Amino acid sequence: MTRIEGPNPDELLAALKKEESRQRRGTLKVFLGMCAGVGKTYAMLELAQKAKKEGKDVVIGYVETHGRKETDALKEGIEVVQRRVTVYRGVTLTEMDLDAVLKRHPQLVLVDELAHTNAPDSRHPKRYQDVLELLDAGIDVLTTLNVQHVESRTDTVREITGTQIQETIPDTLLGEAELELVDLAPDELLQRLLEGKVYLPEQAVTASSNFFREGNLVALREMALRLAAEKAGQNVREYMRSKQISGPWKITPRLLVAVSASPHSEQMIRWTKRLVDSLGCTWIAAHVETTGELTEENQTRLTRHLQLARALGAETRSTVDEDIVSGLIRMAREQNVTEIVVGKPAGFWLFGILHSAHFLNRLIRESGSIGLHVMQAEGSSHWRTYIGRFLSRETGWRQYLQALLVVFAVTCVNAMLNMFVGPHSTGLIYLMAVVILAMFLNRGPVYVAAAISAFLWNFFFLSPRFTFRIDNLDDFMMFAMYFIVALAMGHLISRLRAKERTDRRREERATAMYMLTLELGDASSWEEIERVAVTNVERTFKAKGALLLPDAAGKLPSGLPEKEYAAAMWAYEHGQPTGHFSDTLPMTEGMYLPLRTTGSVLGVMSLNWQQKSPPTIEQRSMLDGFVRHVSLVIDRQRLREMKAQTRVLAESERLSQALLNAVSHELRTPIAAIVTAATGLDTGSDPAVHKAMVSEIRQAGERLNRLVANLLDMARLESGHVTPHMDWCDVSDLVNSALKRVAAGLANRSVSVNIEKAMPLVRADFRLIEQALVDLLLNAVMHTPSGTPVEISAHTEGRSVIIAVSDHGPGLVAEALPRIFDKFYRAPGAVAGGTGLGLSIVKGFVEANGGSVQAANRPSGGAIFSIFLPLQEQPVV
Amino acid sequence: MKDESERKRLALIVDDEVQIRRLLRVTLEANGYAIIEAEKGQDGLIQAASQKPDIVILDLGLPDLDGVTVLKRLREWSQIPVLVLSVRERDEDKIAALDSGADDYVTKPFSTQELLARMRVAIRHAQPAEEQKTFRNGDLEIDFAKRLVSKNGKPVKLTATEYSLLRLLACNTGKVLTHRYILKEVWGPNTSNQSHYLRVYVARLREKIEPNPSRPAMLITESGIGYRFMTVQ
Repeated sequence: MTRIEGPNPDELLAALKKEESRQRRGTLKVFLGMCAGVGKTYAMLELAQKAKKEGKDVVIGYVETHGRKETDALKEGIEVVQRRVTVYRGVTLTEMDLDAVLKRHPQLVLVDELAHTNAPDSRHPKRYQDVLELLDAGIDVLTTLNVQHVESRTDTVREITGTQIQETIPDTLLGEAELELVDLAPDELLQRLLEGKVYLPEQAVTASSNFFREGNLVALREMALRLAAEKAGQNVREYMRSKQISGPWKITPRLLVAVSASPHSEQMIRWTKRLVDSLGCTWIAAHVETTGELTEENQTRLTRHLQLARALGAETRSTVDEDIVSGLIRMAREQNVTEIVVGKPAGFWLFGILHSAHFLNRLIRESGSIGLHVMQAEGSSHWRTYIGRFLSRETGWRQYLQALLVVFAVTCVNAMLNMFVGPHSTGLIYLMAVVILAMFLNRGPVYVAAAISAFLWNFFFLSPRFTFRIDNLDDFMMFAMYFIVALAMGHLISRLRAKERTDRRREERATAMYMLTLELGDASSWEEIERVAVTNVERTFKAKGALLLPDAAGKLPSGLPEKEYAAAMWAYEHGQPTGHFSDTLPMTEGMYLPLRTTGSVLGVMSLNWQQKSPPTIEQRSMLDGFVRHVSLVIDRQRLREMKAQTRVLAESERLSQALLNAVSHELRTPIAAIVTAATGLDTGSDPAVHKAMVSEIRQAGERLNRLVANLLDMARLESGHVTPHMDWCDVSDLVNSALKRVAAGLANRSVSVNIEKAMPLVRADFRLIEQALVDLLLNAVMHTPSGTPVEISAHTEGRSVIIAVSDHGPGLVAEALPRIFDKFYRAPGAVAGGTGLGLSIVKGFVEANGGSVQAANRPSGGAIFSIFLPLQEQPVV
Repeated sequence: MKDESERKRLALIVDDEVQIRRLLRVTLEANGYAIIEAEKGQDGLIQAASQKPDIVILDLGLPDLDGVTVLKRLREWSQIPVLVLSVRERDEDKIAALDSGADDYVTKPFSTQELLARMRVAIRHAQPAEEQKTFRNGDLEIDFAKRLVSKNGKPVKLTATEYSLLRLLACNTGKVLTHRYILKEVWGPNTSNQSHYLRVYVARLREKIEPNPSRPAMLITESGIGYRFMTVQ
């Protein structure tokens, strides 16, 4: 047994304190400015110096002073963590060395330029993600930020300055940060620019002349001030809430913005974010999935919109509903939303206008007490986008060609039929063609076919023929009705088909989930769980999957390339998705999803996607479901194993108790006999007594020897050290050897040996089988009345060689039969003495030879123990 | 017992257990042996060289050298009969000792009669065997010169292999021969994995020479080790 050393209390305390500091999340302070050159870095360094004077452990993770003297001077005395240098496509880049900072673990770290994009081989694509990791590690961070990089403000910035901002940080980051505004009047800034005190990168110099106009600066300054003010307002509200001061806000507003694949959604999301900021409320970005299938392009855009909303602090929700309005309203009710934000639906031409009016009307009618914001998206309802939606979406030119060919063919047929029938019949034939087309083609080609066939009908068959003119009112009515019916039919049928497709897809999804659940439910070993999980993932997502489960030391199985392994470990340790298509280490090939249940991460699932585009929302949510389910099953398996282990422990405790009892009894009895007999020899001199005593001593010694042999055999079996030396054995040889060894015990019994003629050789370990036979014979001797005969027989039966020992004793008690070969099991009413090990050793030895044992009662009385050994192909002699 | 009249047989006991040495000394002295003792393997080798005992009784678990090592070193220069007396009862240990040149192997606990009998056999084998022309054992008679075998006076027909097997066993009566040794001697080298030959031929031989083949009295199986040819009355 190993002694566990008690920890030193001082060390323990120190460790606890360290742990505490690690568990505490770091605080983030952001120096916000309207643009470059207002002195953010300077202000940050000033604060750092102050903190250092107060005795804080401060280091510089990354600060760029661009050689400005007064700023440089402020860096004096603060430790700088060496930057990481990487070469990417021949360009040398320096980045903050995240791991070095984490290892150094200071109390406060300075990280300039929060919105910076990292070099491609970094762990995170964005610097703010590095900062988040630092905060998670319990390190306080000081950083700088220009207002134009705040995600929700980028639209406004573009409107003001005409510059599209690429590097942005999510607004949520500011939610937990302390903002410090570094303000400078625009004319002062311009003055500094003129004096060359503001560093600008080469390529920015030309752009800067446009950017640093007073008008822009005033607007940007207002934005910065407003952002700071909103943040202050939020703080006040939070304070009041936390102190339970009832403010003027009886109901907290909660916004829901409807998100779709439309390009305008992005603007709507930003607009809602600004509204949310000014109201200081929570919000949801909701997407209603309808029957219409989305093209890959739209799918990607939708995913991006939802990501943007998440980045701006929204909860994102998706629901499935045939009807967008009812879907939105339902979700709004469920989520206790007070106001819904929708875009003005794009409407073009009669259809669109009708449609949009209908949409808004219904929304207004059905929303009840929920408020409604309708937002005009800029550049919306452009006819080209509307037409484009029909023409380009998901439909190749091939379908249009098919539609045109069919219409042309029908026209030819009609031309021939026209000799026999009137124009109305030909119109119906056209209509039939459109309906049939609708069954196979998408909406666009069907509309086109409907329109063209209408005009062709008019042109060729309605009088006056070969003009587009219609004189007859009847004919005009026919034409108008034809047109409407054709369009409506086309629309309805294609919608039906789309619905069918979605249903099918949904069903496929449900089936996939069901299959996983079903198969995992049956899986009872780790290998099976892994196999089921991997095959299901591969089947459903067309990605190569694997389960990485940690070993006892908390390390995932190696075998992955270093970079992949690092990503997998990160996912495991941080419990966040890592790798390809994620925010962390996106340059790796695999995607690593943590398998987590409440509180703990159980392992990682890796996926190597074959598709180039990021997984769609549908795939994501499906994958989430998969991962969650697999996690649950793994957890279940873990618990099951723990339970089994506890049971094994309890069992082994019971066994060791039994062993102790048996051994102490079995050891003491012969020892007592020896000691008593020896003292008897010492005192008495009667030769008869003398002889009896000697015999007692010898018997006791033999008994002790047998006990030790049994215990050793048992120990060998238990430790798995029984490795049989398989060799060809002659069965009668085996029997004779065993009989010879038990000769003394069998002395007063008749032993009949009955071995089949031409008995084949068996392949086994001679000693083990001999020992098994010896134990069976001893067992018979011990448990049957003295003088009763013992029989030993051997024969072949099918593919087995059976060697049986039978006796003429009382037989076995029925309840003992199933347990007779168990360790330490002693049948009720058995003769005193014996450990209950013999038969379990028999079983162990025979099984080590690939055989089996059976115990039964013979119909003619007495018990029979049979050893079954596999019959092997006989060697050629 | 006729040895007693000439001179006492000298037995060297190499065993680290004082109780076993004491017991052996009492037993063997009572049966006409002179005893020298050694506690360690190294010491045992020196004693064997200087005292030239008639037999060595060797334990395998010695404090300095392993018994098998002692045996091998001894065999480098001497053919003194060695009887291994050990608690190790695994076949591997027995075979290793026998293949390293031990004349016999007795496991503890042992019976005194058994040990004395084995010692006598070992000593007899060590003496230069006078050219025997015939061999008698119970009903069995072998005429080595004529290669004739008879049982109860009736000739027994043996194949060449059966005869060489019987001859080998008979010439080593009382001594255990390992499977490997027999296979090598009768079937030639590189046959150690052909044990089924041995099984089959032993069974056939028993059929022909044993009074009761199902209860062999001469050709005895030493479980897991080999065979021993025993004298019968």
